[in-house]
Amino acid sequence: MENLEALKQQALELVAKAEDMAALDAVRVDYLGKKGEITALLKGLGKLSAEERPAAGAEINKAKQEVQDQITTKKTAFEQAAINAKLAEETVDVTLPGRRDEQGGLHPVTRTLQRIEEIFAVAGYSVEQGPEVEDDYHNFAALNIPDHHPARAMHDTFYVDASHVLRTHTSPVQVRTMETQEPPIRIICPGRVYRCDSDLTHTPMFHQVEGLVVDKNISFADLKGTMVQFLRAFFEKDVDVRFRPSYFPFTEPSAEMDIQCTGCGGEGCRICSKTGWLEVGGCGMVHPNVFEMSGIDTEVYSGFAFGMGVDRLAMLRYGINDLRMMFENDLKFLKQF
Amino acid sequence: MKVSESWLREWVSPNISTEELVEQLTMAGLEVDAVEAAAGEFSKVVVGEIVSIEQHPDADKLRVCQVAGGEDELTQVVCGAPNARAGIKIPFALVGAKLPGDFKIKKAKLRGVESKGMLCAQTELQCGEDDDGIWELPSDAPVGTCLREYLNLDDSIIEVDLTPNRSDCLSMQGIARDVGVLNRAPVTPPQMPVVDADTKETLKVSLEAEGACPRYLGRVIRGVDLSKPSPTWMQEKLRRAGLRSIDAVVDVTNYVLLELGQPLHAFDMQKLSGSIHVRQSTAGEKLTLLDGQEVELKDNTLLICDGTGPVAMAGIMGGESTAVSTETTDVFLECAYFDPIAIAGRARSYGLHTDASHRYERGVDYQLQEKAIERATELLLAAVGGKVGPTDVTELADQVPAERKVELRRHKIESGLGFSMADEEVVDILTRLGLHLVENTDNGWVFTVPSYRFDISIEADLLEELARVYGYNRLPTTNLEAEIKILPRNESKVGLSALRQQLVAQGFQEAICYSFIDAELQKVFNPEQAPIELQNPISADMAVMRTSLWPGLVQVLQHNLKRQQSRAKLFETGLSFHSIEKQVPMLAGLMYGNRQPEGWSAKGEAVDFFDLKGVVEGLLDITDQDFRFVAKAHSALHPGQSAAIELAGKVVGYLGALHPQIQQELGLNQSVYLFEIEQSALAEAKLPAFNPLSKFPEVRRDLALLVARETTADALLAGVRAAAGEQLIDLKVFDVYTGKGIDAERKSIALGLTYQHPSRTLTEEEINSSVDAVVKRLEDELGASLR
Repeated sequence: MENLEALKQQALELVAKAEDMAALDAVRVDYLGKKGEITALLKGLGKLSAEERPAAGAEINKAKQEVQDQITTKKTAFEQAAINAKLAEETVDVTLPGRRDEQGGLHPVTRTLQRIEEIFAVAGYSVEQGPEVEDDYHNFAALNIPDHHPARAMHDTFYVDASHVLRTHTSPVQVRTMETQEPPIRIICPGRVYRCDSDLTHTPMFHQVEGLVVDKNISFADLKGTMVQFLRAFFEKDVDVRFRPSYFPFTEPSAEMDIQCTGCGGEGCRICSKTGWLEVGGCGMVHPNVFEMSGIDTEVYSGFAFGMGVDRLAMLRYGINDLRMMFENDLKFLKQF
Repeated sequence: MKVSESWLREWVSPNISTEELVEQLTMAGLEVDAVEAAAGEFSKVVVGEIVSIEQHPDADKLRVCQVAGGEDELTQVVCGAPNARAGIKIPFALVGAKLPGDFKIKKAKLRGVESKGMLCAQTELQCGEDDDGIWELPSDAPVGTCLREYLNLDDSIIEVDLTPNRSDCLSMQGIARDVGVLNRAPVTPPQMPVVDADTKETLKVSLEAEGACPRYLGRVIRGVDLSKPSPTWMQEKLRRAGLRSIDAVVDVTNYVLLELGQPLHAFDMQKLSGSIHVRQSTAGEKLTLLDGQEVELKDNTLLICDGTGPVAMAGIMGGESTAVSTETTDVFLECAYFDPIAIAGRARSYGLHTDASHRYERGVDYQLQEKAIERATELLLAAVGGKVGPTDVTELADQVPAERKVELRRHKIESGLGFSMADEEVVDILTRLGLHLVENTDNGWVFTVPSYRFDISIEADLLEELARVYGYNRLPTTNLEAEIKILPRNESKVGLSALRQQLVAQGFQEAICYSFIDAELQKVFNPEQAPIELQNPISADMAVMRTSLWPGLVQVLQHNLKRQQSRAKLFETGLSFHSIEKQVPMLAGLMYGNRQPEGWSAKGEAVDFFDLKGVVEGLLDITDQDFRFVAKAHSALHPGQSAAIELAGKVVGYLGALHPQIQQELGLNQSVYLFEIEQSALAEAKLPAFNPLSKFPEVRRDLALLVARETTADALLAGVRAAAGEQLIDLKVFDVYTGKGIDAERKSIALGLTYQHPSRTLTEEEINSSVDAVVKRLEDELGASLR
């Protein structure tokens, strides 16, 4: 018992000196283990009288606890240091780029078409599609463009055989819809169209979106309203829209639509050839002959149709200055969208 | 059509500026494409006359002219033009003059000889295309007069792009009519007197083509002097309309065409034999046209014939043999009405397009012929003299178009245009346009349509006229009202946008390629199929319709590799064209180069078949349908890396590596991986159906099997599934090994089998017996052995 204090001091010294977990554990075994020196003192308690025993026991336990506490503290410190070392080792340069593939992207024409479809979908229009190698009847005759009509010359048509063409507009889809659906009809027809023309501002293939509304009491005023609302929604701007009389064999009255130039706001610039206006499409009230050929009663129903160049809308929307880039598919171009 | 503003203002001159006029025309549907000055900007240019001329002492090509018209009596000017000669009148730019391009005329010495001014060519004044020499002005041009005043050059040329329905505006008269209506201004045509006949001579005309030519006016004019040119004012007006002066006869007929819109043709009377017949051609007949080309006629062409055969393609072009020339002394003037249907498309079918055919196929006023032939006669006589016979009208009265009547109902204006127009305004607008009100009905009106408006035949046409004149932009704009219904929405439909979005998220860029490609390239990719050919391709590399989206994508790859790109992931959606009946919407993709973009952590490994397959599986998973991949050759693909994608036993697409031979032919260094699948196969998805989750533990057993090299993973997995029983819930291939330690004919495949029971814990015995069954089946069926 008389050496309890000395043993304790020895143990505490060794704990303080311990440099790793193993040394620390050795101290614990040597002093506090089953055969440890301080533990051995407890075994000697039996030699003491019953009166002395509790006080001596408490003394030994107190010393034992003191050593144990020091060991625990030191052990926690060792563990913390180990964690810190591991963390330091695991530190990365967070400014390096992440591991992934590059982001892909949609073609600007698709992006524009999807936007147009979404805008019209909200107003209850559904999307219709049709063949691109189209028969003469649906591309021309059913649209009030008989053989040899001068309007055919406006179309620069690609011919496949005597009675088939590459569709020059998506209007045949309107005809096909009217042949199979009963009014009310509210559709848009997006897609590729083809004209035999190639220069700075024309590609032999381009994209159109056409729309058709057939119902009771549809007027030219409704057509104007629809077009103005669409164009403002599309450009997210209160652009001025004007309508000019024009001619399409399948509509009467027919109009050409211009918007205030998106480049200069109407002041006149290179984009609008100094006119302040940009042509964005054509529209009109469905010609009674077209209705009759599709079996729709013109005394009950009326309707309007419109068509716009999607490539052109995309160019205006994103500031693309060369139409031909659209179909070159240069990755440096595509990745911008 | 090119419209000289000053000429137009001779007919109708509203008090508005050029800009306002242009805006007005455009907004009335006569779209103005461009406005140009009739002449360049220049000053101090007068009419000069070369009084005398001598050779320059020191320069072969220069001559020294004494010119009248300047401030002094004579001014010395050195000139290099080959046509400079004494006695001609020319534009004379005085010292101090400013020519187009800010070019100032100064006193100068040319090779030692003083020159005070410049004699000008048309091009130097931007007054025309002729740059062969100095511009020779008419001999009666008043010397010393300002050239701008003399030729009235302060004029604008307004180019109007007319739509095919407005044939009535293909003349000064027609444009003036519309401008008059728009401005409520009076239209004053020039005086057009009837020319009395000097002789009684006529040429017999027989009309043998019924409605194709129901009116034919002819007039014989003898003793014309074609050495005389047409008057300068006429030449100048023709020039501003874009026509060159040829000779007096051609100029006069062209002038009347521009002024009134009526094409005329003049024959050399002495070269005609017998009478005139207007008839349809028979196939194989021949005619040499004015432009010198001999055409073999089809059987649908309207002809003017004399006793010997065809002398003109009616309404399109005259023949060479009866053409007017400088020797012509007698002329037969033709002025006819041809039905648009009889002319339409014919010129184009012979590769022709003339001012006459342009007008006839759109419609020429069927009541204009008398007026036009009188006008032409008057102008011709004034220019070249001659004795005229009477105007001889041959007509099939019952075939001449009848006056059309169109009814307009009041309520249709409101329902069609969205507002009600006052009755007086309706009648006023239509009357000003030349329609006649013939009847007031209970519901509205009946009008007759003027003979020059081929575009008005139904009620809707009248609505357009009302809207056009009233102003499209003044018409109301309303919000379309319609029922809003909530409709069923098909959840199992997979939109194309979902597929696109998935590819985009995996780094694919969308391309859009032309649907037509080079026939040779098409053959390389799909030699078995004859593609749809275009009859009139724009070039050889856009000649046939694609039967696959791959050639286009590979071309895009080539384009980008040439531009320093080293990897590409591309896709496209669109039709592939197998036949007119079979145009199939496809989705195709391409992968090339490294798996990852270059970067600090990229391994620099190239993509392979399984990268491609992973992308395709990802797309197929969206639909959750039971697709299968089956090794199958494809002419464009590597025979050992090519698979068909099957759905319900039908091939719906292919994927694989581009055939190394094609890859080499196209100059591509690395393998190209391609897939293409029918969009319809991806359109339908299964609706998710919930399965209860098991609370009991999963047990996993791994098997390493040795099988023949050609045994497919698919066959092994099918064998496992067939033998393992219902409790097998997952099955994976987790390793494939060939090489050291294994028979060269065999490969090792490691399978992971996971078992679970929905309502209890599986026993060791159950699992063992399942695994035993699996092993036995694989041994029996596929010759597999445990490794």
